[in-house]
Amino acid sequence: MSIEISHLTHLYNPGTAMERKALDDVNITIDDGEFVAFIGHTGSGKSTLIQHLNALIKPTSGKILLDGEDINADKSKLKSIRQKVGLVFQYPEHQLFEMTVFKDVCYGPKNMGLSEEEVQNAAEKALSLVGLDQTFYDKSPFELSGGQKRRVAIAGILAMNPRVLVLDEPTAGVDPRGRDEILGAIDHMHKETGITVILVSHSMEDVAKFADRIVVMNNGHVALTGTPKEVFSHVSELEEMGLAAPQTSYVMKGLKDKGLNVPEDVYTVDEATDVLYKLLKQVTK
Amino acid sequence: MIRDITVGQYYAADSAIHRLDPRVKILGTMAFVVMLFIINDIYSYAFSILALALLIAVSKVPSSFIFRGIKSILFIIFLTAILNAVTTKGTHILFQAGIIKVTLEGVFMAIKMVVRLIMLIIGSSLLTLTTTPIQLTDGIESLLKPFRKIGVPSAEIAMMMSIALRFVPTLLDETDKIMKAQQARGADFETGGLKQKAQSLVPVLVPLFVSAFRRADELATAMEARCYHGGNNRTRMNKMVLKSCDYKASAVIVLYIAITVAIMIIW
Repeated sequence: MSIEISHLTHLYNPGTAMERKALDDVNITIDDGEFVAFIGHTGSGKSTLIQHLNALIKPTSGKILLDGEDINADKSKLKSIRQKVGLVFQYPEHQLFEMTVFKDVCYGPKNMGLSEEEVQNAAEKALSLVGLDQTFYDKSPFELSGGQKRRVAIAGILAMNPRVLVLDEPTAGVDPRGRDEILGAIDHMHKETGITVILVSHSMEDVAKFADRIVVMNNGHVALTGTPKEVFSHVSELEEMGLAAPQTSYVMKGLKDKGLNVPEDVYTVDEATDVLYKLLKQVTK
Repeated sequence: MIRDITVGQYYAADSAIHRLDPRVKILGTMAFVVMLFIINDIYSYAFSILALALLIAVSKVPSSFIFRGIKSILFIIFLTAILNAVTTKGTHILFQAGIIKVTLEGVFMAIKMVVRLIMLIIGSSLLTLTTTPIQLTDGIESLLKPFRKIGVPSAEIAMMMSIALRFVPTLLDETDKIMKAQQARGADFETGGLKQKAQSLVPVLVPLFVSAFRRADELATAMEARCYHGGNNRTRMNKMVLKSCDYKASAVIVLYIAITVAIMIIW
């Protein structure tokens, strides 16, 4: 499903002393099946932007088109828009409320008005996508570990079978293994089902590894956009915005300054391993 | 909707009211509330409304901010009005439907109660709008001090109150966030009957309580880690001292009470 954001502006508390421009004339087009990452420092407008994508907040001016259709045009279609665009909030485990894991995941599809059987199928599928098997179904969500809770919460959104999945810092406060599991599940799903994924993240490593395209937000504007390679080549601009390139590129730059013949535009650990491995082979020859 | 609750929220401004000693403001508010329940005739009502309007003007709190607090209790106001209009006995019957009888006296009573309730809310929210929670707590603690002799834990009460007040905006933000998260999962808080609406709140209330307990637990740990233990022998950084403006304000409060009583006696 394609998303077109055109001239989106959002004011908080308009007309009061606390008025603040969170988004200013934002224009972004996201194609069907793309994996896009939004990065930006705290308060750059990322969270406000993604809450517009399923009409949780309404634009002060501008439009959001979902497959060419204005999502704020018809209020009766809100439910179907929220089903199509699944939004996983920051710390989504704080919204768990049911007695059992399975029931909690059923909440979304139930609200969509599916039949009992469809609801159960959807929940089972979603839980298996995030790697939770039947032994978890009857547990209380409150007795799970942090990473498991997070995965239950993400499954709660996946169970609605969204065509666009938006995640606001899904790995914040999760240990490295939990992070790999969550991002691995998302990447796997993106490749399997061709779902459009929008990932908000502070981790340049994750972004470099998974995203097809990066949108850099700064003070409510789109500052940069392009493939990871394009965006991370603007290191000084990123640093000015309080961001950075992935650690790997700094290592590569350090090696190059020491006189080694390595490319600078290496942004993921896997790529770096390849480059260094080749280099090591050359040297030992 | 939930953002309309202004009770317990501070509005930063530089006004004569903001600068007053919290003790004077607390006692003044109490005096005003007591007077509200004593006054009876239209002239003393008018005088109290005038006094409150003047107070709002001096406080520099925008009136839109003050009236927002009333929106959240519209239901209670409505209920009060109807109950009073229906249950007050009187001789001038306006209309009758079965056992329900609305009298002129009842309508007057309803108007009176509604005005009283609105003034009560505005008067008390004016206190919290112009006083920071810390000042408020210090004031309460200081006013309760004489009661410590008979076993009232004044410092603990003050601390509990200030914590409660401090968490009002936090919990409002939290509620907003949880509601949005459940809406993203297709929750519908707007349509449906009363029963459905009540049921739709379960997915909001459970996470809200869980987070409130978590926050309480974390706060208690953080306080213990900094060796908090009750109020005995605690000294304070900012000692409260009554200034000349506080004496003037006290005089104004006494004057208000005197004039109101005088109006009631004369008429």
